[in-house]
Amino acid sequence: MKFKVDGHEVYASTGGRPFDKNKPLIIFVHGSGLTHMTWVLQTRYFAFHGYSCLALDLPGHGLSGGESLKSIEDMADWISKVIESVGFKEASLVGHSQGCLVTVECTARYPDKIKTLSLMGGAGAIPMNKELLSLAENNDPKAVDLMMDWAHGPAGHFGGHPVPGLYHINTGGMLAKSRTIKNTLGVDFRACDNYKNGFEAAKKIKIPTLSILATDDKMCPVKEGKKLADLIEGSKVDIIDNCGHMMLLEEADRVLKVLKNFITKNYPAKKVIN
Amino acid sequence: MSDKDKKGTKPNTYKFDTLSLHAGYQPHKNAGSRQVPIYQTTSYLFDDVDHAAALFNLERGGHIYSRISNPTVAVLEERVASLEGGTAALATSSGMSAIFLAVMTLCEAGDHLVVSSQLYGGTVNLFRLTLPKFGIKCTFVKPRDTEGFKKAIQKNTKGIFGELVGNPGNEIMNMPEIAKIAHDAGIPLMVDATYQTPYLCKPFEHGADIVIHSLTKWMAGHGSSMAGILVEGGKFDWMQNDKFPTMTAPYEGYHGLSFAEEFGPTAFTMKARAEGMRDFGPCLSPQNAWNVLQGIETLSVRMKKHCSNADEMVKYLSSHESVAWVSHPNVPDHPDHELAKKLLPNGRGSMIAFGIKGGKDAGVAFINNVKLASHLANVGDTRTLVIHPASGTHSQMDEATLKFAGLSHDMIRLSVGIEDIDDIKNDFEIGFRAARKPRLVSNQ
Repeated sequence: MKFKVDGHEVYASTGGRPFDKNKPLIIFVHGSGLTHMTWVLQTRYFAFHGYSCLALDLPGHGLSGGESLKSIEDMADWISKVIESVGFKEASLVGHSQGCLVTVECTARYPDKIKTLSLMGGAGAIPMNKELLSLAENNDPKAVDLMMDWAHGPAGHFGGHPVPGLYHINTGGMLAKSRTIKNTLGVDFRACDNYKNGFEAAKKIKIPTLSILATDDKMCPVKEGKKLADLIEGSKVDIIDNCGHMMLLEEADRVLKVLKNFITKNYPAKKVIN
Repeated sequence: MSDKDKKGTKPNTYKFDTLSLHAGYQPHKNAGSRQVPIYQTTSYLFDDVDHAAALFNLERGGHIYSRISNPTVAVLEERVASLEGGTAALATSSGMSAIFLAVMTLCEAGDHLVVSSQLYGGTVNLFRLTLPKFGIKCTFVKPRDTEGFKKAIQKNTKGIFGELVGNPGNEIMNMPEIAKIAHDAGIPLMVDATYQTPYLCKPFEHGADIVIHSLTKWMAGHGSSMAGILVEGGKFDWMQNDKFPTMTAPYEGYHGLSFAEEFGPTAFTMKARAEGMRDFGPCLSPQNAWNVLQGIETLSVRMKKHCSNADEMVKYLSSHESVAWVSHPNVPDHPDHELAKKLLPNGRGSMIAFGIKGGKDAGVAFINNVKLASHLANVGDTRTLVIHPASGTHSQMDEATLKFAGLSHDMIRLSVGIEDIDDIKNDFEIGFRAARKPRLVSNQ
């Protein structure tokens, strides 16, 4: 569906079901340079099981208008505005990679609005490889190739997509190249590199939080994810073996199972709000 | 993603020969079986009713029924997608069914396609005779008439289709220029690259949007199994205009799903499977998928040998007293020689057309007397294959139709195998000697 925030059109997938203001809201926030399509194997499930889902395209990404936001803090504020714009007072947040920085910062800034937080491949900080950052800011497609290489574990490199016939690395690469690289990936990478408040923000979080980490994640290794999780009171950690950073696609079923258990327990679908 | 975690900035994704052997498959998820298992089953257990519903609603990935997908077939699909540089692939029971599914995924009644005139005869019939029954009309354009493709585009045109190297005359489509024409008109370019395989050419790198193969040919390579596949490049934006409502509008068959919005770079394949396989059902058997996988494991090795043997045969035929003409992109005076070097840097393929002196009678005598070369209606086998179209596959065509199809009475189509090159040449000498005899008799 489409709606407006700050005068710009925003696109969000509702997971194949009509957006319903009487169902609890889950917002999915994608990683650097990517789009709502990374969440297709989570959003459709929740949308068909009692939730209203918004898998967002951040400004300037995917099908959304406007320009990419230049800081994680701006993206966090923007998520808060999304919740208001669609007529809700609260939401559950799910983030991947850069989306984890955004949702951690958003939860710290707007504690009354966010009810649960799920982090996939997250860390308290994501300092960028300087060459990768430079390639992305200079619009070099090699930046996407490198990201796809480093972001994928065995399933990405060998294959075995949960959806028959899809090939991980090329699909992810095409998503990241769907808009001008320097305006999406370049801006996002710089925002990640500049963000220093993750660990402080984590200390402020008091809501149920889940971190899903993967043993073969080179982008946000398990030890970095654990550092962040250790700072969040009562945070749960689930580690997926033999999987890379793109866990939400590489091991979609295992991720969905963990996420489903966490969200349905802490933010049940039967709860009618607004 | 810090500097210390990365060693250099060169992607270490697997290369072509490695992907040919490994892509699409992880042994540890299949009981450690090093070889891809053949999942000879029609259907798959659901964990519970919720799991069943999730699969039917496309909420989760997985298999339901082998008409829609099968784990062995899925390995093949991923492997070919990886080799082509595509986002997704859908394997079918034959190359023809892959073309049909591609067209039916793209078009509705009232739509129009621009199609190269130099195609496999079965494909010509599909576009000329069968698709009009579904309300889909086509305009044929000679493959070298690049501007002709542009002129033939109408308001209701939904795509351009062609074989990269035309059958049987070896005319080459200027794929980059025709892709630009298609994209300027907001429509995709579909290319049948059966003759090339991704070892010789990756059409997505030259602007194609959908690539189709008859896997029966060089990809499987051993003349044992029928199979086809369509592969999606993932670049084409279905939402750029209002030409493709079947891709962009809510689809009643899946609770109002918009394939383009939900699946983006894999939308075409998702729709072809969810709708096309569901409704038409030309599924590939797991046994045949496995057979094709065996062939793909040695694709680059075989293609090198096919091409080197073909190059030798071009030289041999070009200087032979019984040969009037030779058509192969490696021949320097072939009209597309330079284009071929650009589009086919790893080799120009192993299909040769040549004219035998003495016309139709000589052609018949040649075909009837070669012993090693097999006379049959296939190409891309490991074995050398020959056919004389005017007396066989196209014998019912009148003169005008033969000419339009680029055929002549003296033409022999040769699919060069990977036998010892001297044995192939010796066999051809037998054929040529027999072909000369009728003329000697008539001269007396």
